Amino acid sequence: MNPSTPRRPSLGWHLLLAPLALAFALPLVWLVLSSVMSDAEINRFPPALWPHGIDLSGYRYVMGNALFPRWFANSLIVAVVAVTSNLLFGALGGYAFARMRFGGSRLLLALMLATMVVPFQLTMIPTFLVMKWLGLIDTLGALIVPSLVTPFAVFLFRQFFLSLPREIEEAAWIDGCSRLRVLFSIVLPLARPALATVAVLTFLTAWNDLSWPLIAINHDTVYTLQLGLTTFQGQHHTKWSAVMAGNVITVLPVLVAFLLAQRTFIQSLTSSGIKG
Amino acid sequence: MSTLPRALTLPPRTGTTPAEARRAARRRSRRDRATAWAFISPSVVVILGLSVVPVVWSLLLSFRADDLVTPGRWVGLDNYRALAQDPNFRTAVGNTIQYAALYVPLSLVGGLALAIALNRRIRFVGLYRTLVFVPFVVSATAQGVLFSFILDPDFGVANSLLHHLGVSRQGFLSDPGQAMFLLVLISLWSGVGFCVVVYLAALQDVPPELVESARLDGANLRQVLRHVTLPALTPVTVFLLLWQLISALQVFDLIYVTTKGGPLGSTTVVVYFVWQQAFQMFTAGYGAAAAYVLALALLVSGGVLRLVRAREGRVEGGRS
Repeated sequence: MNPSTPRRPSLGWHLLLAPLALAFALPLVWLVLSSVMSDAEINRFPPALWPHGIDLSGYRYVMGNALFPRWFANSLIVAVVAVTSNLLFGALGGYAFARMRFGGSRLLLALMLATMVVPFQLTMIPTFLVMKWLGLIDTLGALIVPSLVTPFAVFLFRQFFLSLPREIEEAAWIDGCSRLRVLFSIVLPLARPALATVAVLTFLTAWNDLSWPLIAINHDTVYTLQLGLTTFQGQHHTKWSAVMAGNVITVLPVLVAFLLAQRTFIQSLTSSGIKG
Repeated sequence: MSTLPRALTLPPRTGTTPAEARRAARRRSRRDRATAWAFISPSVVVILGLSVVPVVWSLLLSFRADDLVTPGRWVGLDNYRALAQDPNFRTAVGNTIQYAALYVPLSLVGGLALAIALNRRIRFVGLYRTLVFVPFVVSATAQGVLFSFILDPDFGVANSLLHHLGVSRQGFLSDPGQAMFLLVLISLWSGVGFCVVVYLAALQDVPPELVESARLDGANLRQVLRHVTLPALTPVTVFLLLWQLISALQVFDLIYVTTKGGPLGSTTVVVYFVWQQAFQMFTAGYGAAAAYVLALALLVSGGVLRLVRAREGRVEGGRS
């Protein structure tokens, strides 16, 4: 690994790593392949291992289904609202905890951090009751409200703001800038790594969640993609190409997001994991 | 930051008494306090309202017979007593332990092995890393749907491949003897990537001088791993152990999509049991009690690991 040591032949490592990496990729390759197969190719035994030409009937089938685009839109709405509000409220809360002193701030911060270790299963039944009391069950509101801001976002922003030198802001305070203005015009433009981390992780969590939508939503017009996908499987057992096409469309947004933001993504996972 | 206006230093204003200055300072700090509360109130309402309140509420629920619809009644510890005798709950606990006992060590060992292999400067290593990690971002739902298809006894490509190899058809997820092991495998497919990424980051921090000097002293690769690399990775390993254990004890989505706890209850885990009790059988109090048992287990395992970590920290400190 040291650049000064002579390069050892790497063929052995390739012989080990290439099949392993391929094994990890194979299920996803099969996902894409089967989504463009014709039903005849899928339903025979043994099934074809490679499609003869690209058959898009599976995609036409799911997109023609009136509900599927709606599920996609629902998922998108929930994820976009969650990302936006976590950035906004997380930054506001994190800034207050990092830079302002007020009675009870330590206790509140400790309490918020403590909630990070509370398992979802413990809170899901009462959260359902709270949402019912608010009249939000079976609406997108029930999915949006609990994901508006997470303790993780507040904590991550606080840590990031603490690492910024105070001097940058002090000049603006002395000039009489309001806290809000300082935050938005000076601090946040410097906080790009924190903003990216929170955005990426919030999107991933919101887009991929199944448990909470399963509890909070009954009516299929309010389903998210993940929830829709589970019913899809039962209803269309003979139309596997459509199920796989739906699955590709569900996986694609996070896959694209990951490939675009790979570096940020991996950094955020490791740092939030180890240091958080 | 060259665009920022420089702070002007004004000469001290004459004519302000100390009392006036104090009043001004108090006014400022009052305003600051109000701003701070305005900043944190959305987080406080959402986070505390939807976690601290439910944690207490859940505890109260667990002492009640409640179906979430009609008014319930107080039954004290009856729910917990019933849980202790419920064979279904015992099965769920057993299944959860089996799943965690397979998934956690395998994902750590596999993650470490892959990370060591991927921690070299060879061609395509970036591609290899991406391929190993990508399943991690695929939702458990999508994984479940995909593997239900791959492992379908009639149409699945897995049986097709076995057929080519001359192996008879398998029941896979519909076989009570295989379902749990397959779920562990599917979870490993997606979960190992996370361990790999964390271990890779940690391997970068292993001081190269240490490895170098150990090599110079004649240590072979295995000895370097055993005496230099692994001790340096201990904090990360403890973190991953805890993290993977927590996710293993909370597994739900994958099971809901693939087996629904079946066949014959062979994959019913504790979270699935809680969900069934609360939202299928409408015995929410009973479900809440089961959730509290699970949370307690999480708390205890977290506490034990914390202790181990603290002890190891002392040992390490004593050694150096």
